[in-house]
Amino acid sequence: MGDYINIGRSVRKIDALSLATGADKFTDDYEIHDPLYIAILYSPVAHAEIKQIDVSAAEKVRGVVDVLYYGNVQRVLHTTAGQGYPEPSPYDALLFDRRVRFVGDRVALAAAETREAAIEAVKKIEVKYRDLEPLFDMEKAMDESAPRIHVDDEYTKIPAEYRPEQNLAAEIKIGFGDLERGFNEADFIEEQSYRMHYASHCAIEPHTSCAYFDDRGRLVIVTATQVPFHVRRIVSTVLDIPVMMIRVIKPRIGGGFGGKQEVILEPLVALVAWRNKRPAKVVMSRKEVFISSRTRHPMRVRLKTGVKRDGRISAIEMDCLMNTGAYGTHALTVLANAGGKVLPLFNKIENLKFHGRSVYTNLPVGGAYRGYGATQGYFAFNQHMDIIARRTDQDITDFFKRWHIREGETSAVFKALGEGKEGVSQVINSCKLDECIDRGAGAIGWHGKRGKRIESGRNRVKGMGMAIAMQGSGIPGIDMAAASMKMNDDGSFNLYVGATDIGTGSDTILAQIAAEVLKIPVEMIIVLSSDTDLTPFDTGAYASSTTYISGGAVEKCAEDIKNQLLDTASVMLKAEKDSLKLDAGKVIDKKTGKKVPYDKIAYHTLYIQDQFQIQAQASCTASESPPPFIAQFAEVDVDRSTGKAEVVKFVSAVDCGQPVNPVLAEGQVEGAVVNGLSYALCEDYIFNSKGRMVNPRFWDYKIYTAADIPEIITIVVNSFEKSGPFGVKSVGEIGINGPAPAVANAIFDAVGVRMYETPMTPEKVWKRMKEEGVN
Amino acid sequence: MEGIFKINGKEIKVSFKSDAVLLSLLRENGCTEVKEGCREGECGSCVVLLDGRLVNSCQVFAASAAGKEITTVRGIGNIHSPHPIQSAFADSGAVQCGFCTPGMVLAAYCLLKKNPDPREDEIIEAIDGNLCRCTGYVKIIEAVKIAAKRMRENG
Repeated sequence: MGDYINIGRSVRKIDALSLATGADKFTDDYEIHDPLYIAILYSPVAHAEIKQIDVSAAEKVRGVVDVLYYGNVQRVLHTTAGQGYPEPSPYDALLFDRRVRFVGDRVALAAAETREAAIEAVKKIEVKYRDLEPLFDMEKAMDESAPRIHVDDEYTKIPAEYRPEQNLAAEIKIGFGDLERGFNEADFIEEQSYRMHYASHCAIEPHTSCAYFDDRGRLVIVTATQVPFHVRRIVSTVLDIPVMMIRVIKPRIGGGFGGKQEVILEPLVALVAWRNKRPAKVVMSRKEVFISSRTRHPMRVRLKTGVKRDGRISAIEMDCLMNTGAYGTHALTVLANAGGKVLPLFNKIENLKFHGRSVYTNLPVGGAYRGYGATQGYFAFNQHMDIIARRTDQDITDFFKRWHIREGETSAVFKALGEGKEGVSQVINSCKLDECIDRGAGAIGWHGKRGKRIESGRNRVKGMGMAIAMQGSGIPGIDMAAASMKMNDDGSFNLYVGATDIGTGSDTILAQIAAEVLKIPVEMIIVLSSDTDLTPFDTGAYASSTTYISGGAVEKCAEDIKNQLLDTASVMLKAEKDSLKLDAGKVIDKKTGKKVPYDKIAYHTLYIQDQFQIQAQASCTASESPPPFIAQFAEVDVDRSTGKAEVVKFVSAVDCGQPVNPVLAEGQVEGAVVNGLSYALCEDYIFNSKGRMVNPRFWDYKIYTAADIPEIITIVVNSFEKSGPFGVKSVGEIGINGPAPAVANAIFDAVGVRMYETPMTPEKVWKRMKEEGVN
Repeated sequence: MEGIFKINGKEIKVSFKSDAVLLSLLRENGCTEVKEGCREGECGSCVVLLDGRLVNSCQVFAASAAGKEITTVRGIGNIHSPHPIQSAFADSGAVQCGFCTPGMVLAAYCLLKKNPDPREDEIIEAIDGNLCRCTGYVKIIEAVKIAAKRMRENG
C-alpha cells in the first residue's frame, strides 16, 4: 500500500453529471433514422406445439414490412446466455420454434413503420396451439411420467451432464472425505430444506436494442447489454453474419444485475435490419421484461450436517435442485456457484458432498442475477448455521469466527467446483471477515439485543439476525479483459476498455487505476468503453470481474505507458532511467531534481525528436478468484398479530480489498442490500394454475421505494489483496447474499419460527407462527 | 392534433395523435432526458414539471399539456451549468446507472422549492414515487440533504 492520489478516493463518477442533467444517452435515446419497430408475439400457453400459424392478416396491416416466425427464419440452436465461449449453458434455444415452452416464450415478431402497426400486426397473427401437458413442479421434473420439454437436437458445447430426456439441464456431483463416517461421528444430525423463489432484476431501463447500417453497409447494434463482445459473437453465429460486418456499441445502461447478460433482443433486431436493410428498434415493455426476459433461478437447497457437541461439523451434504425454467441459461454455472461460493467458507469440514441438479420446467427462464446462485446457497447456509449455533449454545458471531476460512488457508472445493469445468485451487490472500463481524455487530448493537426479544409495542417484538458470505472476483482461467491507452499533446490519456459500465462506475474506477499508475488526476484520463470497433476485448460485466480483471489490464497497460514516459524523459533529461520517478504529471530526476512535465514529453514524442506515439495495450486473465467477504446484520420488528416483519436497521461490513472508490463501493453494497431485502420480504412472481405470471407490473410486483428502506449502514473494511491491482477485490454482487438469511434469522430470534421459504411475507410468517403455535 | 408546447422555456409547435401521452411527445421531440421505465405510472422515470407540478408524463395526455409550462431535468440545469441538486447527486454517489436520476432530481427540485429545509421523512415522501434499483436510495437521500444545505447557504 502506498500514498495513493486516486485509489481509495471517492472521486465523482465520471458520467454522474451528464446523467444527472439528462445529457448522456441510453439505447432508446439514440436517434435512429426511420427505423422499423419490432413487436413480439408471446406464447399465451405454457407448453404447446404450434399446429398452425397464419401471418397473412398481420402482413396486410398497413406499414408492416416483415413478419417472422419459425417458418421463415434460420434454425440455429444456441444459448442466450452471454458467457465466454464455449458457453457452459446448453444450446437449447432457437430464434423462434415450433414448440413453445412457457407463457412468454417467443412465437413471432412483426416489424413495421410504426410501433402501433407492429403491435397491431402481432395481434393479427393467428396461431393454433396443440396443448401439451405442462410441467410446473421442479421436484417432479425428473419423474418418468413428467412431460419432456426439449425433444429435438439440443446439446452442450462442453462435456457436461446434460440429459434433456429427463429434463435435466445440468448436474454436478463433487465430494471428498467419507460422508458416512462423518455422519456417524456426529453427536447430532441437522437436516433442513430451504427454498428461494423467482425474481425479476427490475433494472429501471427495460431491455432495448436498435440496429442500423453505417455508411459502408456494416451493421451497428446499439444495445442495453452487459456483454457487447458476446453479443457480437452470438449474433454472428445465430444469423450467419460475419463478425467483421458487426459493430456493437454499448451506450449508458440503465442497470443490469445480470438481466442484460442475456442476448435476447440483439439477434432479433439484427435479423430484421439485415433482412430488410433498414434500421430496426425494439424496446421491451415492463410486462415483457417480467414475463419473457430472465429471472433469478428458484432453488431448493437441502443441507444435512453432522455436528459435534462443540459445533464442529463432521460432515456436510448439500443437495440443490434448481428450476432453470424453459431454457437452460446459466443452468450449470448458477448451480455450481450455490456450492462453489458457499462451501469453501467453512473449509475445515473434512467430509463433504455436493449434489446439484438443474431441471427444465414450463416456467420463466432463469438467468444470471446478482449473487448468481450464491444468494440461494447462503439463504440455506446461514439459517442452517444459526440453527447449529443455537443447538450448541453459541453466539453465531463466535461460531462463524471459529470456523470460517482464513488467510493462508484453502478449500478443496475451490478446485472441485468451477464454471462448467474443474475450478482453480487457491489460497486466501486476504480475509478480514473477523473484523467485518466485529464491526458490524458493534454498529447494530448485537450483544445488547440478540436473544432479548425486546417488546417494541403491543404485539410487536424485535429480533436480531446475521449472515456471512463470500463471492469471487472474476472467473479464473476463463475471463479476459484488455485495455489500451494513448497519450495526447497536453499529457492527458485516452483509455479504451472493453469493460462494460452498466451503472456500476467501472469507467470511473478504471480511470482511477490508470491515473494512479501515472500519478495524475483522474480528469486526465478520457475513458471510452465497450465499443467492439474501438475498444479491445473484454468478456463483460458479470461474475464480479471488472475491478479485479479489467482493472488488472488497465494497471498493466498504464505501467507500459509509464515505462515509455520514463524512457523518453531519460533522453530529455539526460538522466539514468533508474533515478526517475513519476510525480504529479511530471517525470522527476531524483538525483538532480530536474523535471519534465507530461505535456513536454507528449510534444517531444509527437513533434520534436525520434517521433512516436506513446501508447500501449495489455490483456489480463486471472489464475485465482479472490473472494470478498461480508458480514450482514438485520434488526427486525415482527408484528405478532399480522406476521409483518419490518427491518428496522441493516448493517453490512464488507472486505472488498482496497476499495478504489469508497463511495461507489458503498453504493454497490447499499443497492444490493435493498434489492436483497425487497426480494426477501415482498417481491414475488405469482403464477396461476396455467403457469401465467399474474402480476407483471410494478403495481403488483412490489419493489422497495425510499419509504420502505430501513436505516442502512455500510462499513468498508479495507484489506489488501496482493493478486489484484492496488490490492482490489470485487464488491458488486456480494451484498445481496446476506439480507434474506439475516432477516430470516432475525425473525427466528424475535418469534422463534424458521422461515424456510422466501419471500417472507406477513401471511407466510403469520402462518409459520400459527403452525408452531407461537402467536 | 396540433399544439404549442412550452418545453423548458422554449415554444415548439407539434402535431400529435389525440391519444398520445406527454412522455411520447417529449421523447419524440428530442427530450430523451425524460425516461420510460414502465409506462404505467409507477416508476417515476418519466416525471416532468407541468406548471410546476410533478407529474408522470406517461399518464398525461399530450393534449392536456399544450400551452402549459413543461420543465424537464434539462430545464433546471445542464452539464455546463448544473443545478445544485444535479451537482449534489454527482458529488454524493447518488447516480449509479442514472436512468432514474432525471426523475429523482425533479422530485427533489419540486420538494426543495416548497420546503428548503426538509426533514428526512419529507425527503423520503417526496421521492417515494420514483423507483431506483441501483442505489438503495441511501445516497439519493443524502444528496437531497446536501443540495438543500447548499441551496440554503447560497441563497
